[in-house]
Amino acid sequence: MAEIPIAWFLTLSAVLFVLGVAGFLFRRNIITVFMSIELMLNAVNLSFVAFSYQLKQVDGNLFAFFVMVVAAAEAAVGLAIILTVFKNRSTLNIDEVETMKN
Amino acid sequence: MQLWLIPLLPFAGFLVNGLAGRRFPKGAVNAVAIGSVLLSFAWVLKTLFTINLDAINQEHYFTWIQSGALTVGCDMAVDRLTAVMLLVVTGIGSLIHIYSIGYMAHEGGYYRFFSFLNLFMFFMLVLVLASNYLVMFVGWEGVGLCSYLLIGFYFDKKFATNAGNKAFIVNRIGDFGFSLAMFYMVRNFGSLDFGTVFKAAPGASEAVLTTIGLLLMLGACGKSAQLPLYVWLPDAMAGPTPVSALIHAATMVTAGVYMTARSWVIYTHAPLALNTIAIIGVATAFFAATIGLAQTDIKKVFAYSTVSQLGYMFLGVGSGAFSAGIFHLMTHAFFKALLFLGSGSVIHALAGEQDMRNMGGLRHKIPWTFWTMMCAAVAISGVPPTSGFFSKDSILVAANHHAPWMYWLGVVTAGMTAFYVFRAMFLTFFGEYRGHAHPHESPPLMTIPLAMLALLSLGGGYIAVPAFLGRFFPTVEAPEDFTLVAISVAFGLGGIALAYLMYIARPGMADSLAGGLKGLYSLVYNKYFVDEIYDAAVVKPVVGGSRVVLWKGMDVGFIDGMVNGVGALARRTGAVLRLLQSGNIRSYATWVLFGSVVVIVALELGGGAR
Amino acid sequence: MDVILFLVFAIIAVVCAINVVVQAHPISSAVSLVGVMGSLAVLYLLLGAEFLAAAQVIVYAGAVMVLFVFVIMLLNAGAESRKGHSLMVQVLAVPLLVTLLGLLAYIVQRIYRSDTTVHFGGFTHGTPQDVGRALFTGYLLPFEVTSILILIAILGAIVLARKEID
Repeated sequence: MAEIPIAWFLTLSAVLFVLGVAGFLFRRNIITVFMSIELMLNAVNLSFVAFSYQLKQVDGNLFAFFVMVVAAAEAAVGLAIILTVFKNRSTLNIDEVETMKN
Repeated sequence: MQLWLIPLLPFAGFLVNGLAGRRFPKGAVNAVAIGSVLLSFAWVLKTLFTINLDAINQEHYFTWIQSGALTVGCDMAVDRLTAVMLLVVTGIGSLIHIYSIGYMAHEGGYYRFFSFLNLFMFFMLVLVLASNYLVMFVGWEGVGLCSYLLIGFYFDKKFATNAGNKAFIVNRIGDFGFSLAMFYMVRNFGSLDFGTVFKAAPGASEAVLTTIGLLLMLGACGKSAQLPLYVWLPDAMAGPTPVSALIHAATMVTAGVYMTARSWVIYTHAPLALNTIAIIGVATAFFAATIGLAQTDIKKVFAYSTVSQLGYMFLGVGSGAFSAGIFHLMTHAFFKALLFLGSGSVIHALAGEQDMRNMGGLRHKIPWTFWTMMCAAVAISGVPPTSGFFSKDSILVAANHHAPWMYWLGVVTAGMTAFYVFRAMFLTFFGEYRGHAHPHESPPLMTIPLAMLALLSLGGGYIAVPAFLGRFFPTVEAPEDFTLVAISVAFGLGGIALAYLMYIARPGMADSLAGGLKGLYSLVYNKYFVDEIYDAAVVKPVVGGSRVVLWKGMDVGFIDGMVNGVGALARRTGAVLRLLQSGNIRSYATWVLFGSVVVIVALELGGGAR
Repeated sequence: MDVILFLVFAIIAVVCAINVVVQAHPISSAVSLVGVMGSLAVLYLLLGAEFLAAAQVIVYAGAVMVLFVFVIMLLNAGAESRKGHSLMVQVLAVPLLVTLLGLLAYIVQRIYRSDTTVHFGGFTHGTPQDVGRALFTGYLLPFEVTSILILIAILGAIVLARKEID
């Protein structure tokens, strides 16, 4: 078997995505949570590229490209927000950031 | 033709004065208000000279309502009837605007007054120019609004705001009839356009036409202050006197007559409705005239006189003599506007005094006012050859042709009219001065309009309105009967003579007569207690019912209970749901994950992706 | 050969991803994430997405992760504190994650069981030339909009980061 079934790529994508979700749910450090989001985005990108291969069209690559651009923008703003939160609260634990509760 | 310019000019005046007038000097307010109305008048003249009135002069501006088979456009049209009304409204309107400069000179809210007056002109012209019932209704409601605003012009006085409310509420009853008539028309003719409705009307059943006619009549009774809805008009005198002259004598209150005449095709095929109008008209004329006999407030006398004269117009229209009704509408606009403006001049001269018992002997002090008012008094009494003689007699002759008893009641009313008008004149201008103010003649801005109206009152009868409208309305062949004319003139002169006898020759006679007929006098003096009866029969039960059933029961019990119940329910639900809102981001994320899983499962169960 | 390549880098990716989740220290997570991204870049190359593979290395593994590391250093973030807990997460998270993974795997297997297979060079339209042509023809408007988005993000980041503590 010299060729890889496309399903393998998609399954790998699913595994990485679920790992990203797990990181989001279980980690309390806000930076790690943010990295988990990046992980999920990467997993989805892998799916896009795989679909692009399957359909023999470049559009999937472009979607992945746009996801990257948005992710970069998001990283910039998100990290700025983290900086602000940390300056205001001196903590990176998201469980302690629950002002909306009260 | 550009008919839209006619109403839009005053509207522009309203906008300018209403929005920016507060910062204008009085001269600028005057220029805008009077200029816009004069321009509108000029445009009316130009239009009427350049078009052929017997052709169809309709202008379509835009489609207003399109719903199923019903299409209502914003259309305006000019025909002979509209031409007369346009001239009356813009002509008299211009004179009264000019007069108001003088009258309102010392009042607060100067710009407000003129912007409302311009707004009134706009709506009145829309009413007159409309070529379907709905656009007419817009004008109809608009003039009602302006009437309300102007009656309550002195809004810091309780009686003025009350009078405004009364006018508005009583008019609602009439508008209710008008609206129902329109619904019924849409249902039966599928249109509100004058042309379409009137083309279809002769083919409709008499029951339908009678229903529409009676409903329209209800509307007209409200607007034109006929029995039993006349009660608002005397109270409407709480507004400034130019308003009484323009809105509550010359133009707005005649809208009902105009609307009835406009719908003549419907009425000629609904004799029952037409007859009802005649009966209401003659009854109102007589009834209001008797009340006018005993009033002491000079404006109240003329107010009841207006109700009575409107009754005449209804009598004329109801007798099938539509052109006579419109003719009287025009002449009445001349002399009643003059009477009101004159009384305004008297009140102005006496610094606000309205009670005739505190007047007297003003003949030499304010001669212009006296002589011009005398012209109007002669005209309203129907003395030949003044304008009132021609119009009133054409109505009475038609009434005789319709039903002789109406003629006789009308003649008696004419006698009473002459009596109470001259009673007011004698009490005001003759004898000794009984007040304490220092009377002074009004400025030329007020007396010049008076003089012009006086000329119109005297000579207006020679404006051949019946012949002009003869080609528009079906002609009633009522033979000119010299005897009938002579009788009515005799009654008029008799009324004047009686007034002279009672108030000039033997001044004590009136009081002794009042003392002798104490019961009758107090009945009439208190206007037959109609207001009190309405109060007890309608207002009190409605207010009481509102308080107990609607307020305590419905509002507090049901509606508030429902609202509070909903609120309480939301609070309780929220208290439960609040447990989910932990404020913990990871908890929220779990919910999102839960939701996605549910969605994916649902997708799979629903046939799967792809 | 292709299969071995895929398996090697898939395993590296998964192991690094697990490492991202389980490492207590953010800096370890960040380094592991770079590993994930690098192996993904290889997989992109395998799938014929040359341009994207390069962009993945430069933008993600380079720029974005440097930004992360920079922030971690700036805030001097140590091992995360264990304070706080959520009943929801404790009770529901694991079953839900397992269900999600199971569902996704099931769907993928159901739909793509006997579908396309991948070998290196099977798709050659992921070159910078092809991507560039598509970007500046069919996707011109989204492309320009993203440029505005990035501009806004830059402004937002500056505004947020400049804010002084009251």
